[in-house]
Amino acid sequence: MKQRLLIVEPSEVIIEGLKAVLADQIRFKVLEPLADMDVLEQRLMAARPDILLINPTVITDFTVLRSHHQPMAVVALVYQYVERDALKNFDAVVDIRDSRPAIIETLAQVSVSQVDTRKDNYELTKRETAVLVQLAQGKTNKEIADALNVSVHTVISHRKNITHKTGIKSVAGLTVYAMLNNLINENSLF
Amino acid sequence: MMKSRLFSSDGRLSDLITAHPSLLTLLTRLGVSLGFGDRSIADVCESSGVDTGFFLLICNVYTFNNYVPSTPDILGTDMTGLVPYLEKSHRYYVDKRLPHIERHLDAIAQKLEGRLGQVLISFFQEYKREVEEHFSHEECNVFPHIRALMAGERDTTYNIGMFLHTHSDIEGKLDDLLNIVFKYLPPQVDDDNVLDVVYDILRLSEDLKKHTFIEEKIMVPLVKHLEQAILS
Repeated sequence: MKQRLLIVEPSEVIIEGLKAVLADQIRFKVLEPLADMDVLEQRLMAARPDILLINPTVITDFTVLRSHHQPMAVVALVYQYVERDALKNFDAVVDIRDSRPAIIETLAQVSVSQVDTRKDNYELTKRETAVLVQLAQGKTNKEIADALNVSVHTVISHRKNITHKTGIKSVAGLTVYAMLNNLINENSLF
Repeated sequence: MMKSRLFSSDGRLSDLITAHPSLLTLLTRLGVSLGFGDRSIADVCESSGVDTGFFLLICNVYTFNNYVPSTPDILGTDMTGLVPYLEKSHRYYVDKRLPHIERHLDAIAQKLEGRLGQVLISFFQEYKREVEEHFSHEECNVFPHIRALMAGERDTTYNIGMFLHTHSDIEGKLDDLLNIVFKYLPPQVDDDNVLDVVYDILRLSEDLKKHTFIEEKIMVPLVKHLEQAILS
């Protein structure tokens, strides 16, 4: 499964350089790059990249990067001094002065930490359904973890997948979803 | 590049609205009534007692997704209209948009079996309560603070850092509602109410995103500046 990489960077020289660095890396597919954020929102919807490698100086509106439904790693592409604070919103940082292996390593790291979202199956798995039912009953992550005998981390990861599949983030919204799909009995709610 | 696309005050207001009809809903909130004929934006603003620069700033933000006004742009604009505009927007959401959505949801809920309808309605009621609380926090704390600062008073009871700390997202649950309504309602409620409510939710969600943007990208920098100016 190739990681789809979208580069947003004004300099053609830098883009060509990055493409050359990643040329023999079969795990990345470099999408047609953009020079600025003008049509980024539409491109994100259409191209659904797994990794967005973006020059922080072109970012006019950070919310576009995060409001996106698909979980996507956002990596800063820097080649000059950037304030440390400005980088805290990114999942990782690639400096063009990094060595070739370091750049590849950084991109590989963010891609493994991503939730697996490229499955075509949007049905909830049995485990996800079990988590959803407990959530709808008002249980906390810890309580769900104990009840299902898994770690809190696993519960959180299931919740991410549930939200990704349904498009619903709030517990209240997920409760309505669970009822509409007959996953919970009306009486088990209160 | 972005600047050249922004509106100017010499153009006719009617041309602006024809090109971007969604701006119509902003006019009343900005203090401009319909019936402006073929007059220029500057002309209409002047006779309505609205600062043209402020009017254009808000229209530009609503129209161009990538447009973020710079601090000099903000400080160079007469911002006395900001708080009244935000207050009117709150009333518009609470008194006009939300009841619209509620009416459609009530009709949808009646077609749902068992307690499903009730669950849908209580989800919406809870959301409405959160929105009202969110707005009333701003109206009771943030807006008086801005008014005091603009009047040159030193107001130390509140600062904008506290606002940033508590400013929560009010669009998220609306997006949840959207997904529930158009993806997961049983087919028997497939009627005009569903389509109407989907359009209403999409419109409100877009509007609220811009509202949040104006608060975070215009109001906050403005207040930070006013706070610093008054302390020094």
